[in-house]
Amino acid sequence: MMSHENSAETAQDVANPDRQALLADLARVLPAEALLSADEDLKPYECDGLTAYSALPWAVALPQNDEQVVAVLKVCHARQVPVVARGAGTGLSGGATPVVQGVVLSLAKFMRILEIDPLARLARVQPGVRNVAISEAAAPYGLYYAPDPSSQIACTIGGNVAENSGGVHCLKYGLTLHNVLRLKVALMNGDVIEIGSHALDDPGYDLLALMIGSEGMLGVVLEATVKLTPKPRTAQVVMASFDSVIAAGDAVAAIIAAGIIPAGLEMMDKLATAAVEDFVHAGYDLTAAAILLAESDGTAEEVAEEIATMSVLLEQNGARQLRISQSEAERLKYWAGRKAAFPAVGRITPDYMCMDGTIPRKHLSHVLTRIAELSAEFHLRCANVFHAGDGNLHPLIMFDARNPGETERAIAFGAKILELSVDVGGTITGEHGVGIEKVKQMCVQFSREELDKFHAVKAAFDPLTLLNPGKAVPYPRHCSEYRLTGSAR
Amino acid sequence: MSDRVEEFRSRILERKPLRLKGGGSKDFYGGPLRGEVLDTRGYSGIIGYEPTELVITARAGTPLAEIESALAARRQVLACEPPHFGAATIGGAVAAGLSGPRRAVAGSVRDYVLGVKLMDGEGRELIFGGQVMKNVAGFDVSRLIAGSLGTLGLILEVSLKVLPLPLAEATLRFELPQDRALDAMNRWAGQPVPLAATCWQGDVLTLRLCGAQAAITAACEKLGGERVADSEAANFWAALREQSNAFFAGPDTRGPLWRLSLPSVTPPLELPGPQLIEWGGAQRWLRGAVDAASLREIAAKAGGHAALFRGGDKTGGVFAPLSPALMEVHRRLKQSFDPYGVFNPGRLYPEF
Repeated sequence: MMSHENSAETAQDVANPDRQALLADLARVLPAEALLSADEDLKPYECDGLTAYSALPWAVALPQNDEQVVAVLKVCHARQVPVVARGAGTGLSGGATPVVQGVVLSLAKFMRILEIDPLARLARVQPGVRNVAISEAAAPYGLYYAPDPSSQIACTIGGNVAENSGGVHCLKYGLTLHNVLRLKVALMNGDVIEIGSHALDDPGYDLLALMIGSEGMLGVVLEATVKLTPKPRTAQVVMASFDSVIAAGDAVAAIIAAGIIPAGLEMMDKLATAAVEDFVHAGYDLTAAAILLAESDGTAEEVAEEIATMSVLLEQNGARQLRISQSEAERLKYWAGRKAAFPAVGRITPDYMCMDGTIPRKHLSHVLTRIAELSAEFHLRCANVFHAGDGNLHPLIMFDARNPGETERAIAFGAKILELSVDVGGTITGEHGVGIEKVKQMCVQFSREELDKFHAVKAAFDPLTLLNPGKAVPYPRHCSEYRLTGSAR
Repeated sequence: MSDRVEEFRSRILERKPLRLKGGGSKDFYGGPLRGEVLDTRGYSGIIGYEPTELVITARAGTPLAEIESALAARRQVLACEPPHFGAATIGGAVAAGLSGPRRAVAGSVRDYVLGVKLMDGEGRELIFGGQVMKNVAGFDVSRLIAGSLGTLGLILEVSLKVLPLPLAEATLRFELPQDRALDAMNRWAGQPVPLAATCWQGDVLTLRLCGAQAAITAACEKLGGERVADSEAANFWAALREQSNAFFAGPDTRGPLWRLSLPSVTPPLELPGPQLIEWGGAQRWLRGAVDAASLREIAAKAGGHAALFRGGDKTGGVFAPLSPALMEVHRRLKQSFDPYGVFNPGRLYPEF
């Protein structure tokens, strides 16, 4: 893979006078333990969840308070050194991959929940607080933080803001965007701004919409206020199996047409089902072409009503087996497989790449058929996990990096899937972000003029292009390289 | 239709101030009107509607009423309930970003925007977002456009998320003074109750519940209060959304209409004039001739802001002023989308 391509360069940098001067400046504003510069200390920060890309930065800063963050930014701003903010490093698109000759700004020490206000239903937290920790702290009040990305045990709210993270319940409860009220943000020049408020809106442009999902390119989150949601009394899930993905897709459409927004609506194809059944023994139907999980939550009466309606619709649309969870343990067991889909696939292949396109659901069968054709063409297996309610498809391309050329084949296969998503009117990324992984495919989805606007938006916050440069928005040269393959717009 | 787009483009390329206008239903809102009218109503029509994908796409000049009747035919709605205030178009509704009674629970217009096609100040057609629920490719410019009052570009098309019509509804009424009503609204919002909208005025709290029949029945039993007849309830919420009830539509002698956006738990504010409270306490309307500066200070102290919504003297600006660092970001955004200051100058802030 492409790991460590930059280590030689970094080693030479030890004596680099610019680096020495930067380290001296940082040492003046940070306690000694909050500044890492030895290669072995930098190593744990060389990549995020996308391990195929890595680089050693010049330094890692671990500030402990707002003043230190601002001071680090000012030092880097003055020296025009790039800064990459980092939460838990669970991101899947390389958004936190270090920039060589740059500084990684870790928010790991910002772990305090500053306030839970049960009456106002909000939590004010530091960016390094883990997603699930907010729900844990709110639980005594019957409240929780709704977005639940599958990395929620480890990922931080700062990272969630950067990526606009979703989760399996976002069709009903929204994305990070819909659940964040306010951010305190440090700009690259050290200015601290407040965006949003504890009211429901703010005068002026909706800068929260820009900040959330900005992949760490506009500012560094110092504090976030998130909405807390009343915890539903109860939840139940129906598991249905189908002979074709078309029938499963039709069943999803029928549920939504009937006026139901299920709390969760997830699909897995045969290969994914087999992988997870082997891993968690949830009792999935292994002969089915597709498995559908449909969850209802709310009061007991509400759930009973919704489950009954959904069951009828699933049967009418050709479900050949229907199982309704009869206990919380059983519900969690049915979900365990879906939630463990990525690691389960990881067990049956040395390496895999997770794609993240969103497509209009009506094109599901076309897209899956095309993916099967590509799978044969590239000689690589591909399992599919689908957030069926909102059209977010995760094809998991399996490969073995030890076989020469196979990584390149997997990357090429993945690129085809992303282009296919755009062709049918969708997007290259539904929830994982562009990062460095999909930066070239941005040239497929956006025109030169649209990409220019993205650069202008960045410049409105960070005129010197120092925050997480090179991520998410390609430069024209990326696109001209990509255009040679005939794909860019 | 492409002729219309070319017409828009040539107007924009003249680089003279333009006043973007749909139905003109919100001409009263924002800073003073300036520039020659560019009317979007000829650029109209629903382009795509996929009820089972929960997405509708329409040209900017499409009447909001047309969109809502298309949705109603498939038992769906815009849950953010943007007001019509007369003949609103969908482009104007998104540009103004105003949301109706269900906003506190269901989300704002911005929350439902999935994508826009925009023409910028140099006549370029740009597409941001799309027609799918989840899309994190590039900065979320489509939602930035919501509420930008047409100052960043001419919206050509919008795609919005739609939701099913609630399966059942009920409206309850309680006699409660303001402090107890605020407390009740906040407490109930923290419980698994299918609360959809709230309104307090004149010591009466009105609650709207939306959801499954079973949940509504259970909630009515739990909360008590007096059940309002369905037709009366429908009229009540429509009049609130359209600001056509006695509080809003009454004679202007009580002074201009101010909108205070506040944390929902803000205690009752002593203000000179009658108040109407929505959104669980987060949106408070005031009719009264008050000093703008001191009202803004009261709102800011409570953690919110105040805007001169209807009537009054706009010379001091309509919206709460921004901090210098935020204003700088605003200016740069404006500069990049509209370098020649064509779109709705002064409508959001006198500075641009």
